[in-house]
This record gives sequence, C-alpha cells and structure tokens, in this order.
Amino acid sequence: MKIVIIGNGISGITTARYIRKQSDHEILVISAESDHFFSRTALMYIYMGHMKYEHTKPYEDWFWSKNRIELKNAYIQNIDFDSKKLFTVKGEEISYDKLVISTGSITNKFDWPGQDLKGVQGMVTKQDVELMEENTIGVTDAVVVGGGLIGIEMAEMLHSRNIHVHILVRDNVYWGGILPKQEAELVGRHIAEHKMNLITKSELKEIIGDENGKVKSIITKDGKEIKCGFVALTAGVSPNISLVKDSKLETDRGILVNDYLETNIKDVYSLGDCAQFRNPKENHPPVEQLWYTGKMQGRALANTICGTKTKYDRGIWFNSAKFLDIEYQTYGIMLKEPLSDEDTFYWEHKDGKISMRANFDKADGALRGFNFFGIRFKQTVADDWIRNKKDIGYCISNLNKGFFDPEFYKSYHKDIVEHFNKVQPQYQVKIAKKKFLVF
Amino acid sequence: MKIIRNIGLTIFLICFAVFLSLPFLGKYKLTEKTFTENFSDVNQQKVLKPALKDVFDKEYNSNVAFFNDYNKAFDDANKDFRDKKEWDKVINDNKILDITKSSSIGFVKDNSTLLFIICFLISALGGIMYMVPALFIKPVAGIKNDYIFKRGITSRGIIAFCFAAFLIIFYIFLYQKPAYLSNWVLLMDGLSNTLTGGNSSQWFLYGFLYCLVMSVMSVRMYIKYRNNNYQLLRTTSVLFFQIAFAFMIPNILTNLQLPSMDFKNIWPLDYTFFFDYRLTELTSNGMLGYWMLGWGIFLIIVGVPVMVYFFGKRWYCSWVCGCGGLAETLGDPFRQLSDKSLKAWKFERIIVHSVLVFAVVMTIAVLYTFFTGSPKLLGIDTYSIRQTYSFGIGFMFAGAIGTGFYPVMGSRVWCRFGCPLAAYLGIVQRFKSRFRITTNGAQCISCGNCSTYCEMGIDVRAYAQNGENIIRSSCVGCGICAAVCPRGVLKLENLAEEGRFDAYIRPEEKAF
Ligand SMILES: Cc1cc2nc3c(=O)[nH]c(=O)nc-3n(C[C@H](O)[C@H](O)[C@H](O)COP(=O)(O)OP(=O)(O)OC[C@H]3O[C@@H](n4cnc5c(N)ncnc54)[C@H](O)[C@@H]3O)c2cc1C
Ligand code: SF4
Ligand code: SF4
Repeated sequence: MKIVIIGNGISGITTARYIRKQSDHEILVISAESDHFFSRTALMYIYMGHMKYEHTKPYEDWFWSKNRIELKNAYIQNIDFDSKKLFTVKGEEISYDKLVISTGSITNKFDWPGQDLKGVQGMVTKQDVELMEENTIGVTDAVVVGGGLIGIEMAEMLHSRNIHVHILVRDNVYWGGILPKQEAELVGRHIAEHKMNLITKSELKEIIGDENGKVKSIITKDGKEIKCGFVALTAGVSPNISLVKDSKLETDRGILVNDYLETNIKDVYSLGDCAQFRNPKENHPPVEQLWYTGKMQGRALANTICGTKTKYDRGIWFNSAKFLDIEYQTYGIMLKEPLSDEDTFYWEHKDGKISMRANFDKADGALRGFNFFGIRFKQTVADDWIRNKKDIGYCISNLNKGFFDPEFYKSYHKDIVEHFNKVQPQYQVKIAKKKFLVF
Repeated sequence: MKIIRNIGLTIFLICFAVFLSLPFLGKYKLTEKTFTENFSDVNQQKVLKPALKDVFDKEYNSNVAFFNDYNKAFDDANKDFRDKKEWDKVINDNKILDITKSSSIGFVKDNSTLLFIICFLISALGGIMYMVPALFIKPVAGIKNDYIFKRGITSRGIIAFCFAAFLIIFYIFLYQKPAYLSNWVLLMDGLSNTLTGGNSSQWFLYGFLYCLVMSVMSVRMYIKYRNNNYQLLRTTSVLFFQIAFAFMIPNILTNLQLPSMDFKNIWPLDYTFFFDYRLTELTSNGMLGYWMLGWGIFLIIVGVPVMVYFFGKRWYCSWVCGCGGLAETLGDPFRQLSDKSLKAWKFERIIVHSVLVFAVVMTIAVLYTFFTGSPKLLGIDTYSIRQTYSFGIGFMFAGAIGTGFYPVMGSRVWCRFGCPLAAYLGIVQRFKSRFRITTNGAQCISCGNCSTYCEMGIDVRAYAQNGENIIRSSCVGCGICAAVCPRGVLKLENLAEEGRFDAYIRPEEKAF
C-alpha cells in the first residue's frame, strides 16, 4: 500500500514515523517548504542567532532513508480524489492508496489596507524568517499587530535586534482572550519591563507605505499614527486549505474530520493545524493548532491507517509557552474566567513575576486545572490530579511533589500555602513532607 | 554602558598585546655566577663551563639567538660522552628555562612588577569592564543566547580559528618549549616566592593563568546565568576547587616542604598518581604522605562510585574538576559547537574507553616496574609506555586538543572524547546511579535548544521529545539543557533508581 502525506510538519511526520514502526507500507512525504522536517516552534531562535536551521531538525538527514520514508520537495496543486492522484505545480503526477493531508496554517490577514507592503509579514514558515531577516535591516521601530503567542515571539525577536517594539492588542490587557486578568497583567508588566510599548484597546486600521512601497507607519482605529519600518501580523493563523477549497472534500474553517481523523472521503485523512473536528469536546477548540496535538493525532492516525482503528483522544489539556523570560505552563482547561461551577485560587509572588492559579469544582473541591507563570510543574502530577479529581486542599498541600524548577531554586510552597489558607479559610492545609532521599 | 564595554575591550586587547609581545622582548646575558647557581654539581660545572665560555657575558637581543648558542654549547659538552656512549655522564637537563629566566636583563626584568600588573590585573579588569555592562544593557535576568550563531568567535568564524591556533601554540610551547615563555614565567616569580618559597616554573604560571581566566570568565557566568541558582552555585564550586585545591594548597604544601598534592585530582585523570617518583615522595613523607596516598586511593575506589551513585558524575565534572571548571567558564561561549551526530557519539565511545584502557594498562606497567624493579613488562619498556601516555594523552589530548579546540569543537572535547576518569564515572552513572534528567511528560516542542547547548554533544531532544529521561554516561550534569529549555521540560535530579529508564506514556496511549 502506498501512503502519501502532504506536509512534512510535526503531524505529517509523526504519522509517517508511526506507520513505519508498525508496517512496511510505502510512505511518501511531500512538502514545499523544506527538504527535511524541522521544528516550526524554533523559528524564532534562528532569527535571534540561538540556533541555525540545522539545529532545528529533530532527526539527522540519514534518518529518513534508513527508515524508508521517502521525501519529496514539491508543491501539490491539485488532487483528484476519484482517480487517487496528486498533481504538482510542475505537472508531475503522484498516485496514492491512502492520503494524509497535513498542510498546516497560514497567517491571518484581515484585508487591511497596505497589508502587502514590503516590511509587512507574519511568521509561520522558514521563508518568513528569511524574509524577516531582510525586512528588518536598518529598522528602528516595529509594530506587532495582535498579542498572541507568535506575537510575543516576534516582539522578542525584534527586541533582540534592538528594535523598539510596539505591540497592538485589541483587549485591555495582553492576550486577554485567553489569559485571566491577573496573569495577563503579569505578562503586560514584563513586556513593559523590557521597554516594549504595549498598546491596549487598539486595532489596526491601515498600513501606510512610502514611495518605494515599504511600510513607513501604521494608523490605528482611533486614528493614532505610529512610525515603523516593520509590521508583524500576528492576529492568529488559520488552516491552510487552499489546495482542497473547491473540491469534494468537506471543509469549514479547516478540513472536517471525525475523531478518527477521517474526512468525508474514504482513504483520505487530515490532521494537525489544517484539520477541524466535527464534534470537539466541550470547551475544546475545534481546530487544535499545537505542536503536541499534532504529535498525538499523528500517533492515533498511524494506528488507524495500519488497521487498528484508534480514536484521537486529547486527554487532559496541557500547553506551555514563554513570554520573553517568563515561562508558562498550563494543565486542564483554563479559560480567562473560571467556568460557572468553578472556584479559583490565585497566588502571585510579591515581585509580580511568578504566579500560580488553580481552578477547582465549587461543590466538591476537585481540581480542574493549573496555570503556572515562572514555576515549572510536572505534567504527570497535574494530569493525575485533574484526572482523578483530587481535592484542592490535597493538591495545594502536595504542590512540592510536582514542582519542577531546577535544583537550588527557591520554593514558594510555604507562601502559596499561607495565602491559600487565608483566602480559603475553610481549608487549613499544611505542606506535605517530602522525603529527602527516596529509596 | 556600551562605551564602558568598548573601553574594557580596548584595555583588555592592549594588555593582551603587551603580554603577547613579551616573549619577543628583553635581552639575555648569562654570567658565570648565574650558571653556577643553576648547576651546583661541581662535576657538571667542570664539563659545561669550557663549552659555555663563549656564551658567558655575551649580550643577546633575542631569546632565539641565545637558545641557539646555549643549546649548541650544551650539545658540544655532551657530545664527547655520547660518542663514547657514557650515557650516565650525559647531562640531560639543560635547565634552559631557569637559565633563560635568570639571564634575562633589561626591560622585562626591570619592570616585572609593572608588567605583572598590566598583563594580569589590568587585563582582567578590562575583561570585567567588558562583561559587567551586560547587567545594564539587558537588565532583565534571563538567559540570552542572542547572536551566538551570528558572531564569528562563537560560530567557527576566522577569528575562532585564530583563537584556537593561539591556544594550541600556547600549549605546545608550555609543554615542549617553556624557555620561550621565560619572560612570562619571570613575571610570576614574585608571587611564586610568596606562595611556594621558590621561583616560578612554567607550571606555576599555567596554574595562575588558569585561575585568573576562570575567575574572569566566572563573572560572565554569574551575569549570564544570574536567574539560575544551580549555575551560580556550580560556578562558585568549580572556582573554589580550582583556586583552593588545584592552586593554593599544592603551592603552600610545597612551601612547607611537604609533598604537594591536588586533593581533588583523581586517577586516572591524574595519570601520574602511581608514577614511581610520586609514590616515593609520598611513602617517604611519613604519616602525612601515607594519608595522601590513602586519600587518593580512597577517592578512586570509594569516592567515585558512592558519589556518582547518589549525585551522578556531575559532582565531579561540573562541580569539582579543574578541566570541567575551565570548560564551564572559558569554554561556555563555545559549548554549542559540540557535534551532536550519532557518528560523533560512536567515535566518542570508542575513543574515551580506549583511553581508559590505555590509562589502566599504563598504570599497571608502571606499578609493575615500581614493585619488581624490572623495566620491561611482556617485553615492552614500561618507561616508554608511560612517556607515550604523557605525550599523547597528557599533553596532546588534554592540553593542545582539549583546550585548543574549544573554539572549533566545543568546550568539552577532552572531557567527552579523552578523559579516562570521565569514562569511569560515566560507566557508574549509566549503570548504577540515582541521577537522571527527567523529561516533563509530553511538553517538549522539539525546538532543539537543549541539544544545541549541550557541551557533551548529547542529542537531548531525541530523548525529551519521546518523553524519555536522559541517562547518558557522558552527561556531566552541567544543567544548561534544563536552563535553556523554553518549555521547562528538563530537570536534573537524583531520585530512586527504579523507573529511571521508563518513558512517559500518556494514559490515553497506554493501550497503543
Ligand atoms: C512561530 C510559531 C511558534 C509556535 N510555537 C508553538 C509552541 O510553542 N507550542 C505549540 O504547541 N505550538 C506552537 N506552534 C504551533 C505549531 O508549530 C503547529 O501547530 C504545528 O507546527 C503544526 O504542524 P502541522 O504538521 O499540522 O503543520 P506544519 O508544520 O505547518 O506543516 C505543514 C507543511 O505542509 C506544507 N504544505 C502545505 N500545503 C502544501 C502543498 N499544497 N504542497 C506541498 N506542501 C504543502 C507546508 O509547506 C508545511 O511545510 C507555533 C507555530 C509557529 C508558527
Ligand atoms: S545533557 Fe544537559 S546536563 Fe548533561 S551535559 Fe548535556 S547539557 Fe549538560
Ligand atoms: S529545549 Fe526543551 S522543548 Fe526544546 S527540544 Fe529540548 S526539551 Fe524539548
């Protein structure tokens, strides 16, 4: 059987690797972006000089032929689902028995005037980073439009080149659509600490170019003009489905799939950033644009393709990010407001750069999720507690079982426990003893 | 702040230029008096004096000319014995370093204190002025590896190769032709006299430079990693062990006319530990000598395995060892240059374990000769084995390649490919230890920071992205992978042995 995968990102590659682990099927991975799989999450580090492109490749180049995963650098222009054939831009014809579509994302653009000027761009691909290198030469001021995760990464990149950054966000705090107020403010303060200019409650109206077609300033909806030589568009990404837009394949925002990552066409599957679940779990996004989820979906899909039909199950939600110097880890579904049946506990260190939040069931105290800023926490512990509905009192008392900061770091456990006992006086928890030497 | 930084750099470069010019400066005049001070043996004097008569009192403007004449005279004096094969009469040690030092006249000699201050103290100050402004330029704590792969010095640019060449040449002269460095050694006499009660040798100079370079580069570590207590403590620890144990204590012991010993240096890194002259020295110094011998052996047999069991090999490699200390200070800007390929790992295992075997065989041979008095073991001259090891491993590998290749192959070339003690510690770490780098579930985003900044060339990501703990014999536990990971995925820790090899599997995937 010949399995063809379009897109060599994390989801396509994971699928290929796990198919190979279980079977001898012929595997072909096609992508137009790069010859080899690389880590999209590391793009920023290439620009900042922490790494080179080579370092972002998780597998050495010999890995693919050794595992008989054939790679092809080509752009697919057309799919004929009836005859099971793909057509590249160059007119090559490739046939398949089973097709996996994992074409990833593209940058959102909202038809802003001037969005195609030179010096205006998003960051999703390797080529974007190369372009950014070019576009930021000689730039002193830049505007980042939209304050999500890619936004803060681009801000950090620009900052590393001593470019003064203005971040434009729609809400009244940074990433207010996702983060609870206190956390959003914590990040906001940290952005200010880095001398970046966070402009809240403002939206982009238009981008103005100079006589050479290069951006020279932007105008916000409230009429303010900001001079800048570079504009980063980071108001989210959306599924890259132009390839299948007007075909038999059912799409909405993304390619519609069921829990088995099957599309409406037999032998055609889709996963990763470009897929959209028909029936997402409650409070879960229908399009999962994450590294981890791409990986998990790929593993489930490989099983299905190899004959063991396997449902993709996200399990307990988790994610992490880094806002400049502050790391963020989250476990469970943590929205900007606790759900109606939830209570929340928030602690913040007096310096305002470290915090934790725990949401729990109002009725029985069962832990629902954590947010950590500036504290590392073990996934195994958090997952276990949330899954098994551990009581919040128990969790706070046992936080030290999950702390994952490097050795010799200060522990804030005592502080957290004291604060918890103060704001939740019905609990009077103590720090659980941790064995010094575990035999 | 940028101005201070540039001034610091300028000061450093000027001082460094002065330092580099010293071997080419100065005049030399050997007097008969100096000669007799160095060769007190009357028989030797009788042979050498006539041969050296043309050299005496002649003023030389360069050390090269001086060496030529002096060595020639020396050879002439020995020629007779050699021709007659009277090997016992041949004078092997020409004491050229001491002779050159004491024959030095003029500028360097007259200004040695001033030059000491310029070359070492002011240059160090310049270096510090260069580093400290970082605190103000980037006032928010957090590890910044910006520009590392965009600057020549840290990404194998031409300047990096020049620096490597300089280091290699330095080591060659230090080990093989120290007399050329006599003017440098000369600067150290004052300090050496205070500490050891004698004049400086090239090794005293080396020890001092080692401490100085480590101290200055520690300032950089303290600034760069100021948000990370593990790094701060570890840096302090290696610095302490270098200055106190490797430098001060041995020199003070020498001053007290006791056998000098670096109490933290462990065989087989300290490959001369079982050499006859050291055993004789220790056994002829009463209780203290025996205690030192016992301590050395205790470290090998008990210290290493017990400490590695509880803490991993890091207790030595990243907290105590001098080679590690230099790698973690001077070498830190180059850590990302280590080769992460599978091929490199294969070479590493073969080479490092071969060196360990070589060290053991060499030591057995040397001990055999020590106890039996027979110079040959299985027909091979034990002295030549020992010489081969000293030259090949001690000088070439540990010195010239180990440090010289910092700017090309990363900071731990010696520790990774060559150090026999690391191999021994590593075997214990791999098979019987509580140490591991724990991977935090499925949080890894495969970004590659950890692998890139692992100085031992371990592909940390390969484990982390599979949810596996990192347990590798070569891991020196520097903690940098965990420090640079942007997602908080890695933690160095000592936990119960059981389960250390278990990978994380999501509960949803257990059935797969
Ligand atoms: C800057 C940045 C930072 C991120 N950081 C994080 C993070 O910290 N944590 C996290 O969880 N997630 C992060 N993400 C999201 C994460 O990277 C994505 O969710 C993930 O890479 C998606 O993988 P994928 O395999 O679905 O698609 P992609 O990795 O996007 O792969 C799709 C591939 O398909 C190719 N392709 C598309 N169409 C065609 C065609 N017609 N013919 C041939 N090839 C085609 C594309 O060129 C591309 O190479 C980040 C994303 C970006 C852009
Ligand atoms: S694996 Fe991590 S701790 Fe071990 S040597 Fe490499 S960087 Fe250091
Ligand atoms: S640095 Fe962290 S996130 Fe990046 S590859 Fe290594 S373990 Fe994974």
